[in-house]
Amino acid sequence: MPKKYQTPLLDELEKGPFPSFVTEIKKAAEKSDMAADELGQLEKSYRDRRGYGKHGGIVGVRGYGSGVIGRYSSLPEEFPNVANFHTVRINSTSAFFYTSKFLNEMCDIWDKYGSGLTNMHGSTGDLVLLGTNTENLETIFAEFSSRGWDLGGSGSALRTPSCCVGPARCEWANIDTLAINYAITQEWQDEMHRPAFPYKFKFKTAGCAVDCIASIARADCSIIGTWKGNIAVDQKEVANYEKGGMNIQEEIVNMCPSKCMSYNGKELSIKDADCVRCMHCIAKMTKALKATGEKGATILIGAKAPFVIGATLSWVIVPFIKMEPPYDEFKDLIRKMWEFWDEFGKNRERIGELIIRKGMREFLEYLGLDPVPQHVKEPRRDPFFFWSEADLAK
Amino acid sequence: MEKAEVAKKIYELVEKSTGKKKLKSSDIQKTVSAEAGVTRDEVKDALRDLVDEGKLIYTYFGGSFVEIPPKQ
Repeated sequence: MPKKYQTPLLDELEKGPFPSFVTEIKKAAEKSDMAADELGQLEKSYRDRRGYGKHGGIVGVRGYGSGVIGRYSSLPEEFPNVANFHTVRINSTSAFFYTSKFLNEMCDIWDKYGSGLTNMHGSTGDLVLLGTNTENLETIFAEFSSRGWDLGGSGSALRTPSCCVGPARCEWANIDTLAINYAITQEWQDEMHRPAFPYKFKFKTAGCAVDCIASIARADCSIIGTWKGNIAVDQKEVANYEKGGMNIQEEIVNMCPSKCMSYNGKELSIKDADCVRCMHCIAKMTKALKATGEKGATILIGAKAPFVIGATLSWVIVPFIKMEPPYDEFKDLIRKMWEFWDEFGKNRERIGELIIRKGMREFLEYLGLDPVPQHVKEPRRDPFFFWSEADLAK
Repeated sequence: MEKAEVAKKIYELVEKSTGKKKLKSSDIQKTVSAEAGVTRDEVKDALRDLVDEGKLIYTYFGGSFVEIPPKQ
């Protein structure tokens, strides 16, 4: 019978309308010694206002340098069942589609060899299994790999790529995010399992600029679906939206970042040449507006939350690229970026930080890309252009 | 150069660095390819064999490194 801990501080986190991780750990703690000790240690951390976990070290499975994150308790005598509490990252499926058969198997394996606690999914996108000991790692790996699964990325490696649901369920998808995600995963297995980068590197693929996967804020390389043609307008549906209570002028036209739309009360007009493909209008008026023409992706680079200069969104590098199998042009571009990073990057320096340090000009020269207006870092904040009072009055 | 010879050079480099400087995989690739006159892919290939055989391991200490496994 697992040990029972009093957890007055953690109990506070069960209050309120949201799901609570404490409640879930408590459920697991009814039958898992490991989950019970995790609860006890966590309560002590909250009470003492300090963490009692350490991570890193030398654990892993034979041949791999990624996928297992060694975690240890600094209070092994007090909480012996979490003396080792390693994390295992399983490479998730594109857009997180699983069969119930797999989920059942996964839970059975994890109840048998781990704490029973999972994280579906971690912010990187992996299927995260929380808490096991060193002796079980090879067995867990064998159990999963024999069923066709593999470990994900960790350390100074390519992290498990992730993508939005894309064309599987979304009509706005301009690219096949699932196929791209799978192709990236298969192409760079070595980069994922055998860390050789200066630091981590993340790919995230979004089907359109709505960016449900938040690639622009979270990925070193964001692949965001876009289009080259016009936005087709169904004026009857526009009228229906108005009849339904939508204030088209306020909610659509005035919200357009490039002010390329106008509405005269009867007809919605779009100056497509000025459109920046932000998706706001299409997302709001799904039945009335539709992207047409050639589809592809914008490639951005360099997002990271805790830069010295603050959180940084990724930067446009290639405004439009066709994203069709076998994705050779894209793969060549990425390899060239990695070459630059490998050549000039310092230990623990993300590629975005390197670009900031070396300059975008040097990066573009290395890639052999000509500067284009889309490379401007922050729209309408071009430091080389100054608005006069007269311009602002217009 | 034979793969076994490349592997030997990698192992010697890691052994020499032990206790002085932790080496990243890219450090090994750069150094051995320059010294042995082989491509980085050849070094990667030999390094992979060494890791598969358990002669070298990956470690993580704020970054990923290649090291000789501790004696049991």
